[in-house]
Amino acid sequence: MLDDLTDAERKALAQCRHAVLGVERPLRLDCGVDLGPYRVAYQTYGTLNAAKSNAVLICHPLTCDQFVAERHPVTGKEGWWDSLVGPGKVLDPAHYYIICVNVLGHCMGTTGPLARDPATGEPWNLRFPVVTIGDMVRAQAALLDHLGIPDLFCVIGGSMGGMQVLEWAATYPSRVFSAVPIACAAHHSAQNIAFHEVGRQAIMADPEWKGGDYRLHQTVPARGLAVARMTAHITYLSEQALQRKFGRALQDRNVLGFSFDADFQVESYLRHQGSTFVDRFDANSYLYITRAMDYFDLAGANGGVLANAFKGTPTRFCLMSFTSDWLFPTRESREVVHALNAAAANVSFVEVESDKGHDAFLLDEPEMFRTLSGFLKGAAAVRGLGAVS
Amino acid sequence: MTATIRVDLQLIADMVEPGTRALDVGCGDGSLLAYLVNFKRVDARGMELSQAGVNACVANGLSVIQGDADADLRDYPDDAFDYVILSQTLQATREPREVLRQMLRVGKHAIVSFPNFAHWQVRLRLVFGGRMPETPSLPYKWYDTPNIHLCSIDDFRALCRDMGVRVERAIVLNSTSRRIQMPPLLANLIGEQAVFMLRRD
Repeated sequence: MLDDLTDAERKALAQCRHAVLGVERPLRLDCGVDLGPYRVAYQTYGTLNAAKSNAVLICHPLTCDQFVAERHPVTGKEGWWDSLVGPGKVLDPAHYYIICVNVLGHCMGTTGPLARDPATGEPWNLRFPVVTIGDMVRAQAALLDHLGIPDLFCVIGGSMGGMQVLEWAATYPSRVFSAVPIACAAHHSAQNIAFHEVGRQAIMADPEWKGGDYRLHQTVPARGLAVARMTAHITYLSEQALQRKFGRALQDRNVLGFSFDADFQVESYLRHQGSTFVDRFDANSYLYITRAMDYFDLAGANGGVLANAFKGTPTRFCLMSFTSDWLFPTRESREVVHALNAAAANVSFVEVESDKGHDAFLLDEPEMFRTLSGFLKGAAAVRGLGAVS
Repeated sequence: MTATIRVDLQLIADMVEPGTRALDVGCGDGSLLAYLVNFKRVDARGMELSQAGVNACVANGLSVIQGDADADLRDYPDDAFDYVILSQTLQATREPREVLRQMLRVGKHAIVSFPNFAHWQVRLRLVFGGRMPETPSLPYKWYDTPNIHLCSIDDFRALCRDMGVRVERAIVLNSTSRRIQMPPLLANLIGEQAVFMLRRD
């Protein structure tokens, strides 16, 4: 493909697998554009069994990627779901063939605004079509077709990953044996869209953004992207967590500086979060992925009745939410549970007590692990997967 | 995995045909659910008020959601299950009659077990003790009991008649959890708890 890869993409693709899809049959996007060919970067752990019945798809959230359980090629940090995936963990590669696909529109190797339009040879940038959660899921399904995997034992993900799980279950019910949407909702709320809009406006207000053509001008809208990340990061934490971590503690000083430096530890922390994010994420990608989340509305896509999305579903569901998550509060998971009940679906729902906010699903939450382990064990028994840990 | 469950739960389990679909409302620690799943191949789901109970059930591989009989039965479509089970919970619901109606809408059969408030021990304590009864099956003080809609076996039969519900089976247990077979008037005196299987007429 005609790509001038970024450093990050080069490093990512060197450490994972990828496939070029849509060569013969392009991907029809929700916006009406046919996309193809396009590249899908993905990572796998474990081995597909002979019956092809042990595949688990992990759907990654907004700013994570396919490097679930290994050192990240760009940041050098541990895998984002190391606590869940790995030998002896709940999702053990000894039992499952675990796949995680970098979503469409992202910036870790899968086609997005960084790529070039095959029709013109020019970088897409803001001319890249706006993609949806549905488009991401259809691209993942196309990859499974390419890999010859008929169906998935489990599709699991948190936050935007959870939205993809719901979309998977609604679009491909017969390919999803069990589904675990965590800390998510069937639509993005007005408040969540509002926060995303602040982030996007911060990026677009950065003079270095140049209408999205910053690579052409060899600039980086680092300040805008950092502010977007700072805003979003606040929504991932709870008030209690911020208070416990920082309170009003001062950063490297004993008295107020009477200036606009980072007097408070919480300011310094957010600045750090913002500036490190710029090293691993692309500003245009951030616009596209947040947009995809905003557009997500599973009920809206099913005549306004969420239960219609799951009519006659054979999938076993396990939903989880966290008490202090105000970005995707328990109420919104419960709405999905009600819709699944209305479809007489097989559903479990657990609210986990945690003061860590939305981010709890990425952290060490024993109750979440216990729930997931029990649910998967039950599902594996029904699937005839044999003894799993 | 233990095959031993509480006597009234065992009676309920015996009423459920293998390979069917059942919803256990107020499933507690999930012991009946686990029994139905493991020994009768039932597609069994649960609903439980306490989040700790739900979490324990799901961690044991059971399909359980947090919810209560009064509010959450109405989500389910008609005839979603072969059996809807409510064990030792009816007397704690806000609207027992509506709960029964919903159970019989959602399930082809409803199985209900409840403590008999006309049991002789209850009658003695109230009549001669002059205090609100506390018995092994009704262990609460008047001010902290969750049981806000207690009834006798005859009261329950009257409600079924009133609702036009057919009683398919009725089993009465004495205070040592043994089945007793007596004329209704006596059963209402000697029975400490009862298990009814109902269906729409």
